[in-house]
Amino acid sequence: MSEVVVYNVIVIFLLVLLLGTAITVARMRDLWAAVMLTGIYSFLGASWMMLLDAPDVAFTEAAVGAGIATFLMLGTLALTSRKAKEPNRAALVPLAVVVVTGAALVYGTFDMPHYGDPQAPVHQHVAPEYLNDSVPHVHHGKAEVKVGLEASAQGREVSLEISQSAEVSKVDVPNIVTAVLASYRGYDTLGETVVIFTAGIGVLLLLRGRRRQRVGEAPA
Amino acid sequence: MREQSILRIVGKLLIPYILLFALYVQFHGDYGPGGGFQAGVIFAAGLILYGLIFGVNAARQVAPPLTMETLAALGVLLYAGTGVVAMLNGGTFLDYSALQGTHQQVVDQQVDLDEHHEGDEESTGQAEHHGFLPQGQHLGILVVELGVGLTVAAVMILIFFSFASRERVL
Repeated sequence: MSEVVVYNVIVIFLLVLLLGTAITVARMRDLWAAVMLTGIYSFLGASWMMLLDAPDVAFTEAAVGAGIATFLMLGTLALTSRKAKEPNRAALVPLAVVVVTGAALVYGTFDMPHYGDPQAPVHQHVAPEYLNDSVPHVHHGKAEVKVGLEASAQGREVSLEISQSAEVSKVDVPNIVTAVLASYRGYDTLGETVVIFTAGIGVLLLLRGRRRQRVGEAPA
Repeated sequence: MREQSILRIVGKLLIPYILLFALYVQFHGDYGPGGGFQAGVIFAAGLILYGLIFGVNAARQVAPPLTMETLAALGVLLYAGTGVVAMLNGGTFLDYSALQGTHQQVVDQQVDLDEHHEGDEESTGQAEHHGFLPQGQHLGILVVELGVGLTVAAVMILIFFSFASRERVL
């Protein structure tokens, strides 16, 4: 079997497991088991993202989806009920909505470029610039001379330790995902950090404000 | 879960490596996969595991909520502050290339001085990379990712504390 066949077999296996897990979660009435299965779903998703060469996203999915989200849902379950209510009647209208929406989404993918197609618009717009500007200059753990040529042309001896000079505005970070997120898309990432911070403040205010109120009420 | 000896022992074995891995993902994010967000989440997951096994109060002692609140704000401040420092150095907001300044200028001046002694050649602005810290873009990304990591880890841990102590609140 060639590598491509093995790769495809693993991808299909993972996708079938993902589908099976999703259907099981949807049909399950035991919420505790459903939460555990969503954790498994996240791990399967993370494995699949690894196959798509996206380890950064896979890390996030494994840590957030399987770790923290599972804990938050379990914490919520501890305060509510372990069992979901039995539905009164077959939910035919929601099923129809889901099927139609899903079919529309699948129909939409027919127009999408093939996975990994170098001619895809996403690889033609800003991506080439990002790739060219964040080419890894690191070899054998030492920074490579990038602008040393200019200097040596003027007859100066150039040390091989030079890593950057004022003329170079390129991003000297081998992990292009990090370079794009933190530098080219620095504003967006700053915004995301602020969003996380704000969300944290919101949760704290909601939950802690209530406690202070209770404490204040107690002596009265 | 304090009486679960298997959980306790496996937790004790695993948690240090989870935290270490988070630090690796944080500070190696510019070379390998990962970055501030992933590192923060992994670090928080390690501490949450600790809290689940040894109790929320033990986790609170390791990561006092007040410290976590400060760190959450500090992370955002670190990120935005990097942008402001870039502006003070003459660049635009979050233009890390402007962070070249400080150290590099000193080295440039030294090179200029050396060349002045050797002859009247014009300085080409080339400087050897003596510094311990990376320069420019690399330095900016490292600091900014640290800010993201701090905020994410602190906020996740704070949310854990809020949820874990919810039962007593109600």
